[in-house]
Amino acid sequence: MPETTFLDANELVINMGPQHPSTHGVLRVILKLDGEKVLGTECVIGYLHRGVEKIGENRTYQMFAPYVDRMDYVAAVSNGLGYCLAVEKLLNVEAPPRAQAVRVILTELNRITSHLLWLGTHALDIGAITPVFYCFREREEALKIFENYCGARLTTHAFRIGGLQYELYDGFEQEVRAFCDMFLPKVDEYEELLTHNRIWVQRLKGVGILTGEECKEYGVTGPVLRAAGVKWDLRKAQPYSGYEQYEFDIPTGQNADTYDRYLVRMQEMRQSIRIIRQAVEKIPTGPIMGKVGKVVKPPTGEAYVSIEAPKGELGYFVVSDNSTQPYRVRVRPPSFINLQALDRMVRGALVADVVAIIGTLDIVLGEVDR
Amino acid sequence: MADEPKPEGAPAPADAGGQAPQPPAAKPAAKPAAGAAPAGHAPPKPPPPMASTPWESDLAKEIRERFGDAVLECSSYLGQNFLVARPEALIPILEFLKLEADYDYLVDLTAVDYPKKPERFEVTYILYSFARNDRVRVKTTLADGVQAATATTVYAAANWLEREVFDMFGIQFDGHPDMRRILLPEEWEGYPLRKEYSIVQQDDRWVKENLGIESGQ
Repeated sequence: MPETTFLDANELVINMGPQHPSTHGVLRVILKLDGEKVLGTECVIGYLHRGVEKIGENRTYQMFAPYVDRMDYVAAVSNGLGYCLAVEKLLNVEAPPRAQAVRVILTELNRITSHLLWLGTHALDIGAITPVFYCFREREEALKIFENYCGARLTTHAFRIGGLQYELYDGFEQEVRAFCDMFLPKVDEYEELLTHNRIWVQRLKGVGILTGEECKEYGVTGPVLRAAGVKWDLRKAQPYSGYEQYEFDIPTGQNADTYDRYLVRMQEMRQSIRIIRQAVEKIPTGPIMGKVGKVVKPPTGEAYVSIEAPKGELGYFVVSDNSTQPYRVRVRPPSFINLQALDRMVRGALVADVVAIIGTLDIVLGEVDR
Repeated sequence: MADEPKPEGAPAPADAGGQAPQPPAAKPAAKPAAGAAPAGHAPPKPPPPMASTPWESDLAKEIRERFGDAVLECSSYLGQNFLVARPEALIPILEFLKLEADYDYLVDLTAVDYPKKPERFEVTYILYSFARNDRVRVKTTLADGVQAATATTVYAAANWLEREVFDMFGIQFDGHPDMRRILLPEEWEGYPLRKEYSIVQQDDRWVKENLGIESGQ
């Protein structure tokens, strides 16, 4: 045992959360500190655990669909898409082309709203107050399109197993086009506020580095992986819902730090607009619902289907026992798995960086805890 | 939906396009329900017999050669490959897949409970290879109370995932650095994703002691 003197700074343990505003919900992080330096962390999660997977086993396939929206509630449309695709895979049906195009448009709009919420709150954590107002202004415009389409802004339940329930409303295309035209210059505006802002750069550059190899080791996906220079996006690697028809790039970074993750997400919003513009110009005509009966009863078997959600790989592992209820639904939540890398990212960083790193991981506690 | 399995509103017997060849129907055709079924196609047709087919590939062959009897099954279902292994061979297989076959990303680790089977838990590892752009599932079965070997020595990502499986199913992972509950409180009794755990069940004692109420329902 080393002698304890007044100057010997012992390890200090402090508690951050679960009611800390920068933990984006109810995340509790126990920090072990040596002065300002973080020696280690422990995440305490589960405050929002609702047993979503258990609920899935006790509801019919269709009844469970609205529940998945309540996991990652800022990207509900993506959740719904992943679940519908997984059940469709078990049923061996595909949504008709028209439904697929509408799904792509709404999912990409949802990627934008999710990234906007991330950008606003992340900037707020760092100390920039203005961007959050800008982001929420534009986000609202996209949410209005969801509301006009299906009646809900956030927990949309926009899709059904086999396709869509609602036909597009009159003026949908015009509204989407108008949103695209309005939104692109706004991304430049956010970048003007932040990209070369000295405080922003100093707080973000070189902070929370997670290399490509470490990302793979921890199963971290999404913008965090791409900012580490790994050009991997499920929309390209294993296209679903007709993504192979659209031209878009996968933005990547090189430095694997918080700043590059910021840049990657900004580029992703531009790419989403690019996809939406292509999709809205050629929405095929035809039915919006595939051949799925009133009762969904997939043959016995299991399937894993995943999509590129705004936060990373969102997967559904569904086991069917040929009844109307799933035998088991497992959600592979990107937030939960990305959060696991937090400890690796904050070791050696300063306390203030912890806030930036939690922000850059873009977690939603509803999804972490399910 | 109480009576016999009816292909009521059956999954459309769409031909599985370019997917794995479908074996001929094994089961006799069940009678379709009257009324509800969409009367689009020719009369009484059973749902497509979507049985799993053998997984034929160089990788599957190599795994079979290397691990012999420890690999119980190599199959494909709906174009997704999976293999079933004996629990003791699981970690060597994961190591082989990671180090020699480039399956360097553990996508997910989960379990399914089949209480009627003697080995009630089926633990599933979903792996992905960036180099091959391919996914494979490795499964193993475990009886209640039997420990599984930890995969944290192979994939760092397994840490929280194994804790979640322990939390929800009560499966212990031998050698795990921190085998505690992760989502539920540590003192919680019972494992919610086991089939005998009812949807409205909860640890009443914990709720009473910690929340000061009779029931959370």
